[in-house]
Amino acid sequence: MQTNFTAEQLADPHVATSEKILRKCVHCGFCTATCPTYVTLGNELDSPRGRIYLIKDMLENGRPADAEVVTHIDRCLSCLACTTTCPSGVDYMHLIDHARMHIEETYRRPFWNRLTRNVLAAVLPYPGRFRLALKAAALGRPFAGLLKRFKPLEPFGAMLDLAPRRLPKPSDSAKPGTHPAAGPRRGRVAILSGCAQPVLKPEINAATIRLLTRLGVEVVAPEGEVCCGSLVHHMGREAQALEAARRNVDVWLDEIERGGLDAIIITASGCGTTIKDYGFMLRLDLAYAGKAARVSALAKDVTEYLATLDLPQQEARGLTVAYHSACSMQHGQKITLAPKTLLKKAGFVVRDPAEGHLCCGSAGTYNILQPEISGKLKARKVKNIEATKPDLIATGNIGCITQIATGTQIPILHTVELLDWAYGGTKPAVLS
Amino acid sequence: MDQIGFLEPRPAVLSRRREIVADLLDLLPEGCLVHQPRELVPFETDAFVSYRRLPLAVALPETTQQVAAVLKYCNRYGVPVVPRGAGTSLSGGAIPQEDAVVIGLSKMSRILEVDYANRTATVQAGVTNLNISDAVSADGYFYAPDPSSQLACTIGGNIGMNSGGAHCLKYGVTTNNLLGVKLVLVDGTIVDLGGKALDAGGLDLLGVVCGGEGQLGIVTEAIVRLIAKPEGARPVLFGFDNSEEAGACVTDIIGAGIIPVAIEFMDKPAIGICEAFAGAGYPMDVEALLIVEVEGSEAEMDAMLASIIEIAHRHGVKVVKESQSATEAALIWKGRKSAFGATGRIADYICMDGTVPLGQLSHVLRGTAEIVAKYGLRVANVFHAGDGNMHPLILFNANDPEDAARAEAAGNDILKLCVDAGGCLTGEHGVGIEKRDLMRHQYTDIDLAQQMAVRAAFDPQWLLNPSKVFPLEGRPAA
Ligand SMILES: Cc1cc2nc3c(=O)[nH]c(=O)nc-3n(C[C@H](O)[C@H](O)[C@H](O)COP(=O)(O)OP(=O)(O)OC[C@H]3O[C@@H](n4cnc5c(N)ncnc54)[C@H](O)[C@@H]3O)c2cc1C
Ligand code: SF4
Ligand code: SF4
Repeated sequence: MQTNFTAEQLADPHVATSEKILRKCVHCGFCTATCPTYVTLGNELDSPRGRIYLIKDMLENGRPADAEVVTHIDRCLSCLACTTTCPSGVDYMHLIDHARMHIEETYRRPFWNRLTRNVLAAVLPYPGRFRLALKAAALGRPFAGLLKRFKPLEPFGAMLDLAPRRLPKPSDSAKPGTHPAAGPRRGRVAILSGCAQPVLKPEINAATIRLLTRLGVEVVAPEGEVCCGSLVHHMGREAQALEAARRNVDVWLDEIERGGLDAIIITASGCGTTIKDYGFMLRLDLAYAGKAARVSALAKDVTEYLATLDLPQQEARGLTVAYHSACSMQHGQKITLAPKTLLKKAGFVVRDPAEGHLCCGSAGTYNILQPEISGKLKARKVKNIEATKPDLIATGNIGCITQIATGTQIPILHTVELLDWAYGGTKPAVLS
Repeated sequence: MDQIGFLEPRPAVLSRRREIVADLLDLLPEGCLVHQPRELVPFETDAFVSYRRLPLAVALPETTQQVAAVLKYCNRYGVPVVPRGAGTSLSGGAIPQEDAVVIGLSKMSRILEVDYANRTATVQAGVTNLNISDAVSADGYFYAPDPSSQLACTIGGNIGMNSGGAHCLKYGVTTNNLLGVKLVLVDGTIVDLGGKALDAGGLDLLGVVCGGEGQLGIVTEAIVRLIAKPEGARPVLFGFDNSEEAGACVTDIIGAGIIPVAIEFMDKPAIGICEAFAGAGYPMDVEALLIVEVEGSEAEMDAMLASIIEIAHRHGVKVVKESQSATEAALIWKGRKSAFGATGRIADYICMDGTVPLGQLSHVLRGTAEIVAKYGLRVANVFHAGDGNMHPLILFNANDPEDAARAEAAGNDILKLCVDAGGCLTGEHGVGIEKRDLMRHQYTDIDLAQQMAVRAAFDPQWLLNPSKVFPLEGRPAA
C-alpha cells in the first residue's frame, strides 16, 4: 500500500518500522476471513485489514488515539491468525504493538476501564498478589452476576467467573533451584516459572521437570526471574514490559555463564511468543539488543524441545485427545505439528477440531476485558472441540486451559502432562 | 494515481449528511451503521487500493428486510449506494464515493440450507466462497468456481463480478453454477430470480444480474449448485524454457479437445514469488510453469496425463513433476492462489485481467513483455491459461507517483492489446472503475447505449454503484 509519512515522522524508529510493515500490505482482504473478531462481528473495522487501515490513518496523521480507534484495537485478540493467513508477510504483531504503545501514550481511557487495566497490570504478573486476589475472588463469586449487570464493572464479574473454585497448593517446582538429570545428562535447560500458571496449575511445570529430568535433561529454575512481560506488553505499557524483559535477559545470561543452556523452556505458549520477541522488543537498547536476541534464539516451547529428543513410540492408550492449538502456539510461534506428533507417539489418538485457527477467546486478559466477544468465541470453540467426541483435550497454554475449562465438562490438560504420564510419570489427577 | 475520475458528489446529498445518518440509524439495529469520519476511512477502498474515496456512511444490515429498507430510503432521497462484499475487488468495484452509502453484506454470512437431493446450497450473500465448499466437503461435495481469493471473497461479490477461478476451465464460472438469487431492487422491492430447478421461465434475468457489478440490485441470498467431488485429483507441474512454448502448449492441449480441470500459468518472477511463500516445490530453473490438474479415477487421470505429457514434449517441456501426496497438491494450489498477495512481499502491483483467444496467448505474452519494458517496469504473469484469462501483475512503487502513473498507462496498453487480439477487457475481475474508460475501445457507442438501457431498466436514477463500468461521458440523463 501507498503510505504517507514525512521524513520527520520516519525519524522515529517505531514509525519507521510500522511504515515498512504497512508498505507490504496489498489490501487483498485475505486476512479478514480468518480473523475471529471479523467472523464474529462482521464489521471490517474489527478485522485485520480494517485495523491496519485505522492504525495507518492514525500514525500518518500523527494523531493521538481516539475512542473509536481504541475500541477496534482493544477488540483485537492479538491471536495473529491474520499473520498466518497473510500471503504478503505483513508483520501485524509489531504494528499492533506499536499502535497499543501509541494509545497508551496519547489516550486517556474512561475511569472504569483505566481502573480495570491498572488492577490487572498490578496483580496478574505477581504470583503472590495473584494468589491473594484469587482467594478474595472465591469470596466475591456470589457478586459476579451483580457486577456484570453494570457495564463498566463487567470485567470484574468476568474475573470472578474465571477464578477457579479451589486453588492448588503451591508446588516446589515453582521454587528456584536445580533439578538434576536422572542418569547421564544429555542437556541442560532453564524453565520459565511464569506468573499466573504456577498459581493456577503448578502441575504443568512439575510434569515438565519430571519428564525432562527422567529423559536426562537437567532443569534449572533460575533465581530472580519475573513475569515475561507479555501482559503489560499487550496493554501497550512498553516501559514496564521492557523492564521485565531486561530482568529476565540478565537472569538467563547469568545462568548461561554458570552452566550453559541448551534452551529456555516455556510451558505457556503465550509467554513463548513474547520471549521469542525480546530480541525485537529490545532492538533499540544498545546495551541489551544482542543479549536479548541471544535469549530469544534459546527460547523454546516445551514441545519444540521434546521433539528434538526423539521419544520412542508408546503403545496405544485407547484415549482420544482433541488437540487445541493455542493461537500463540500456531500463529505466534508457528508450532503446529510437534505437539500432535508427540501425542501420537505417546499413544494417544489425536483429533483436530474444525476451525482450529480460531481463537478460544482467552487471549491474555481479553476474556476479562472483552467478556462478550470472548464468550462467543469460547462457545464456538467448545462446540467444535466437543464435535470430535474426545475423551480429553490437550493444549499448550494456561490461558486456553482456564477459558475452555469454564465451557465444557471434558477434562483439559497441558500436552506435557499427558506426555509425562505416557513416558513413565503419574497419571494426571483429573483423569483418575 | 488519479487518472480515473469519479462522478461529482451530489451537493444535495452531501448537505443532508446529518439527516441521512440519523435516518439510517433509525432503520438499522445498533452497531449496524458506521458513520464516524475516522471509522469510514477503512472502507474507502478495496483491493484496487490505488484509488480511494470516503463514503458518506456504511450500513451493515443483518437481514434482507434491512437491506430493502436502506435501499428504499436511498432511492427516495436520491442517495447513491455502493454494495460491498469482502472488498476484494481488483477493479475497484467496491470503492465508494463521497455521497454514497455503502451497503456491506458482511453480517449476512450464514449458510441457510444444504439440499443434497437437489445438489444445491442456499446461502446469504456475505458467505465466503470457501465457506460453502467447507460446509459440504465432509459429505463429498464442493462449490466449483474457485477464485484465488475464495478464502475471503463473498458469494455476493462473486455474483457481482461473475467471478472465475483455476477450476472453472472444466466447471464454468459463477454464472454456470448459480441457480437463483434473492435480489433487492433499488426501490426496496424484494424479488426471487431462478430457483432450485436447473432453468427458470421467461427472460434470463439471473444471467443479467450475474456480472451486474452491483448496478442492478443487491443480492442478499443465492442458490448455488453443488458438485460431487471427483474420485481423485492430481496437479502436475510442467516447466518450460520459455513462456511462448508454454503458451503454445496450452493452445495445443485445448486444441486437441482435452479439457483438464485447470491449466494455470506462471512465469519465472511469479514462480519465485509463490515458491518463497508456499514452498510448494515448483521447479526454479525454468522460465515458465504450467500447473495442470486432472481428475477422475486413477485410470482416467493416467490416460489424460499421458496425452498431455506427449503434447508437452512436442513443446520441449523441461520438467514434468507430479504431486506425490495430498499435502503436496495442497501446497501447489496454496502457492498459486496466494500469488497476488505474495507479490506484495516484493513490490506494489496492479493486476490486469484480459482474456484472449487461446491461439493468441504467445503473441500477447510477448506484447505484454514489450509494453512493460517500454515503461521501464517489471511484470509477473500468473493466470488461468486454459481459458485464456491473462493476469499480468505490473510491479511498481506506490510511493512514487510517476511510477504509479507509468504502471497505469502500461496496464491500459496491455488491455488494449488483449482487445485488439480478439479478446476482452475483463475475464473475471469485472470492469469496475479500472477498465471503465477503456470500454469504448471494446464497444461501439451503440453497444454501450444498449447495455446502459438495460442497466437503467433496473435503476432509472443511476444510484447503484454509479461511477463504475460505463464511461462517465455519454451516459443518458438520469
Ligand atoms: C488476491 C486476489 C486474488 C483474486 N483472484 C481472483 C480470481 O482468481 N478470480 C476472480 O474472478 N476474481 C479474483 N479476485 C477478485 C475478487 O476477489 C472477486 O472479484 C470477488 O468476486 C469479489 O468478491 P467480494 O466479496 O470481495 O466483493 P467486493 O469486492 O466487495 O465487490 C465486488 C463487486 O460486487 C458488488 N457486490 C458485492 N456484493 C454484492 C451483493 N451482495 N449484491 C450485489 N452486488 C454486490 C460490488 O458492488 C462490486 O461491484 C481476486 C482478488 C484478490 C485480492
Ligand atoms: S492478508 Fe496481508 S496483505 Fe492482505 S489485507 Fe491482510 S494484511 Fe494486507
Ligand atoms: S490478531 Fe487476531 S483478532 Fe487481531 S486482527 Fe489479527 S486475526 Fe484479528
